[in-house]
Amino acid sequence: MHRFANPAQFNRLADAILPWATGAFVLLLGAGLYYAFFDSPPDYQQGESVRVMYIHVPAAWMAMFTYMVMAVASFTALVWRHPLALLAGRAAAPIGAVFTALALITGMLWGKPMWGTYWVWDGRLTSVLVLLFLYLGYMALWQAIDEEEKAGRAASILALVGVVNIPIIKFSVDWWSTLHQPASVMRLDGPTIDGSMLMPLLLMAGAYQAYFAVVFLWRMKLEINRRKLAVARQVSMHAPVGAE
Amino acid sequence: MAGLKTRKQQRLVVVSIALTSLIGATLLILFALGGESLSLFLQPSDVQKRNVAVGQNFRLGGLVETGSFSRLDDGLTFRFTVTDCLANQPVEFTGILPDLFREGQGVVTEGALNESGVFMASTVLAKHDENYRPPGTMPKEEGQCSHPDDQAAAASYAEG
Repeated sequence: MHRFANPAQFNRLADAILPWATGAFVLLLGAGLYYAFFDSPPDYQQGESVRVMYIHVPAAWMAMFTYMVMAVASFTALVWRHPLALLAGRAAAPIGAVFTALALITGMLWGKPMWGTYWVWDGRLTSVLVLLFLYLGYMALWQAIDEEEKAGRAASILALVGVVNIPIIKFSVDWWSTLHQPASVMRLDGPTIDGSMLMPLLLMAGAYQAYFAVVFLWRMKLEINRRKLAVARQVSMHAPVGAE
Repeated sequence: MAGLKTRKQQRLVVVSIALTSLIGATLLILFALGGESLSLFLQPSDVQKRNVAVGQNFRLGGLVETGSFSRLDDGLTFRFTVTDCLANQPVEFTGILPDLFREGQGVVTEGALNESGVFMASTVLAKHDENYRPPGTMPKEEGQCSHPDDQAAAASYAEG
C-alpha cells in the first residue's frame, strides 16, 4: 500500500498500465459497437430501440462503480491521510459525473418513445439524479474552499455520506414500484436477457471499464503534476528576494 | 480511547462507526416510511384495500389484462383492465397510447376513479419488463401472471 504512496512510483505504474488499458479500450469498444449496432437482434417488444441499452446500461453501472472508487478514496484520505487518495477522489469525480449524465440522457431518449415520457419521479430515476448532484457537489466543494486540506476533508465527508445512495439506486426497483424495469443482468435467478444481447452488453461494459482506467490514470498523473506545481510555486514565493 | 494507540486507529474507528450508523439510519427511515409512500403507483389490490375516494388523483399501475382491451366508436377512447393478479381495475383513457402498450404488459396510468368505479386516466405510460430477447423466442414464463411480488402477495392475501 505505502509503495503507491510515492507519486514517482505511482507514475511508473500508471505508465506501465496505460498502453494496455488504451489497447483494451479500442478493441472492446470496436467489437462492442459492432455487435451492438450491426450484429445483434432487435428486441421482441422494443424493436431497434433496444440498442440504446448498450450505451445506457454500462454508463449506469460505471456511474455507481466510479462513485465507489471515489468513496473508497475518500475513506482512505480521511482515515490514513494518504495524499494520493485525495487526488484519486478528485480524479474520479468528473468521470463519474459524465457516466451519470450519459445514463440519464440516454435513458430519457429511450423513455420518450418506449414509456411515453422523458421523465417520471420514480425511485430509480430520482436516486440516479441525486447521484449526479452528489458528484457535482463533491466537485463544487473542492472549488469552494481555498485551503486544499480543508476542501479535501469536506469533499471526502460528502462523498462518504453519499454512499448510502448506492444501495438505494440498486434496490429502488425492488423496494418500490417504479416505471423503470427491474435488473436484467445482476439478479439472483440469472440474467433475463438473451445471450445474443448479453454478449454485446458485456463487451460494451468492458470498453467503459477500460475507458475509466485510461482517463482515471491520466487524470491521476495530471493531479500529481498539479500538486507539484502548487508546492513549487509556494516555495518560490517564499524564497528570499534576489535568490536567483 | 483505551487500546487505540495511534490517531490513525482512532480515526478508522470513528469514521467507520459514523458511516455505518448513517447508512443504518437512512435505511431504517426508508423502511419506516414504508414502500407505498415512496412507490410511483398503487396496484389494483392497494386501491381496493385503501378505498380511494372518488375524484382523488393517483397513479395506478399493473398489467393490462389479456383480452380486456377495446376501442370505443369514437376511435380515440380505449377501455382496458389493469390487474395485479389479485384484483382488477377497469380503466378508460382518451388519447394516444405509447408504442409499448399491449395486453399482458405493464402500464402506469394517472387519473382518478369516477362514481361507477372506473379509473379515468389522463395519461398512460407503458412499463417495460426486464426481459430482453429477439422476436419469436419464448419468454421464461409465457402466459403466467408475472407480477413482481406475485407469489408472496398472493399468499398473504389468501391468509388475511
